[in-house]
Amino acid sequence: MLTEKTMEKLRILAESAKYDVSCSSSGTVRSGKKGMVGSTVGGVGICHSFADDGRCISLLKVMLTNYCKYDCAYCINRRTNDIPRATLSVSELEEITMEFYRRNYIEGLFLSSGVVRNPDYTMERLTAIVRDLRTVHRFNGYIHLKTIPGASQELLAEAGRYADRMSINIEIPKEESLKALAPEKDHKSIFLPMAQIQQGVLENKEDRRRIRHTPRFVPAGQSTQMIVGATQETDRDILQMSSAMYQQPTMRRVYYSGYVSVNTYDPRLPVLKQPPLVRENRLYQADWLMRFYHFKVDEIVDDTHAQLDLDVDPKLGWALRHPEFFPVDVNKAPYEHILRVPGIGVKSAVLIVNSRRFNRVTSHHLKMMGVVMKKAKYFITCGELTSTFSQPVVGINELRPERLRPLLLSKSQQQQAAREQQLMLDFGEDK
Amino acid sequence: MLVYLFDNTLDGLLTAVFDSFFLHQQPEYLLTDGDQMPLFADEVHRVNTNSEKAERVWKGLEKHLSRDGLRMITISWLSEERTLNQPLFNFICKVFRLPALSGIERNASDPDVLAVRNTCRRVLHEQLRMKQFIRFQKAKDGTYLAVVSPDHNVLPLITSHFQDRFNDQPWLIYDAHRHYGYYYDGTAAPIHITFEDEGAAPFDLTNGDLDADVLSKDDALFQQLWRTYFKAICIKERLNPKKQLSDMPRRYWKYMTEKKASPDDELHGEGEVG
Repeated sequence: MLTEKTMEKLRILAESAKYDVSCSSSGTVRSGKKGMVGSTVGGVGICHSFADDGRCISLLKVMLTNYCKYDCAYCINRRTNDIPRATLSVSELEEITMEFYRRNYIEGLFLSSGVVRNPDYTMERLTAIVRDLRTVHRFNGYIHLKTIPGASQELLAEAGRYADRMSINIEIPKEESLKALAPEKDHKSIFLPMAQIQQGVLENKEDRRRIRHTPRFVPAGQSTQMIVGATQETDRDILQMSSAMYQQPTMRRVYYSGYVSVNTYDPRLPVLKQPPLVRENRLYQADWLMRFYHFKVDEIVDDTHAQLDLDVDPKLGWALRHPEFFPVDVNKAPYEHILRVPGIGVKSAVLIVNSRRFNRVTSHHLKMMGVVMKKAKYFITCGELTSTFSQPVVGINELRPERLRPLLLSKSQQQQAAREQQLMLDFGEDK
Repeated sequence: MLVYLFDNTLDGLLTAVFDSFFLHQQPEYLLTDGDQMPLFADEVHRVNTNSEKAERVWKGLEKHLSRDGLRMITISWLSEERTLNQPLFNFICKVFRLPALSGIERNASDPDVLAVRNTCRRVLHEQLRMKQFIRFQKAKDGTYLAVVSPDHNVLPLITSHFQDRFNDQPWLIYDAHRHYGYYYDGTAAPIHITFEDEGAAPFDLTNGDLDADVLSKDDALFQQLWRTYFKAICIKERLNPKKQLSDMPRRYWKYMTEKKASPDDELHGEGEVG
């Protein structure tokens, strides 16, 4: 029943779905059940493969259809684009999912869809598929379902009973920019379903406290995504939006997607030779600082630093702006302070705090634990003489941040900086 | 200089610890038979593996170590790395020598603890990679088969995961490097199996392919579908082979459907269909 035609459809619909970044299968632990196939592992989830672009493949990320009645400028599937269109039949999609899952290719399904006819019609079809997967195919693996903006609350309430995670993308943090690029969308159509799902989760939690066997509702919470580099928003706008999102109890992840110039003909969009990968990376680093390193958004970006520094990571950037915080004594300082030292991550910070109960932690120990001493050495004291002890301790306060900064850039960045300072005689030969 | 020789089993290593305390000795080296002897080995003590003594040492460890600490020992042992013997031996001795220090397994500033810890971490990392990269093929009789050859002996760590997940499908995971596997029949606990004659097994150990006459009818199609999907999901503007390799090292590729050389590629050129 599956044919070459199915293969072509799968190709088209995967290519349409690939600009959605989220692929995680985390957030919920559910062991296998008798009579059902599958389990979810929680923790960091399982990535089953890595595509040639280095992104993880955990879920079968596919659209039900890439026909869409909307015309969002940043989207590959906008109705004015002349791309191959396809629709998978319900049985095809279900069979592919189950067979892939049984061969350990995937952790579950990430299902999204273009909007056909109206949001409710589309959402209903998505819901029907996840219901089928759970009740007919007895699928117990991970399901991530995209919410269609503008779908009714009843449909969300039903879909949430079958899906592990539901997501709806903000795409553009500022409403006026969103309206300019996606005239059919506004913030209300995005935040309303978000709030409805959140309310569902919270009510479900309450119910489960009273009746333990109440089926769970969207147990892995929500995620969302913002496009980076398609509009004029600064990193500050983006990160403040993420920070606000993380205040919500059910928001687990915000993804950042460097804009890939898919619709080069549209004058509202910039034409980028390359997606802004470095900026995207810095945003993820900032995101990590907020989630795992006890940083507040205002510490990472503020009025004078509305954009993240592309040369140094945001943690190092913060450290260079706050020399008064250092040096940190790794043998005495609290965990939260150790976390702020550039070059020390969560793992090594935990190791340090555990180890220093037994003996003094020295720079040799730190090195063995995997601390990046090249960076960290300027920001810590560990109660020992420096290696060349005829010289005074050289830390951030002795060196001053402006002289330390060039030392911490990577080789290629240093060369770049040197080239910029070097006076060049232009003989008119190049270019 | 005192050298202990043991038979490279965990029981042997525990017996060595027993002997070391029983004889009031502290050997400088703990070696196994294949190892290079040090230049000035005046005294060599051969450890006779004794499961009773090993049991006693293990009981003692259970008293002094947390569950995590015990797990660290058993899991790191699966690494099958000879460089682990000495630090693991030292670590166990330290547990008994310094019983007052509870939680010594968390002291990463101790080089022996750190070595055991890191080995344990590597083994756990590889068992995760097995959960990620194992690819099953379906045989005609409905059994799902996968061949792997991990660096460390991680199969015992992953069977429960696959039993839990695929509890209604019989599967066989075979370690081509260590010549054994686990078979799960769909009901009882997975059993340890070996082939008397590996050549007669219905699959190719070099690339994990099931022989054509036992492969189920649709399997080739699904493999092709998966390869198609794998190619389609990649964003060409963001190619990043370095990241791909660091997350999915090349040594795992030979058994992975989407990465191993497939006969279809030659037929269809780029593997594109239609």
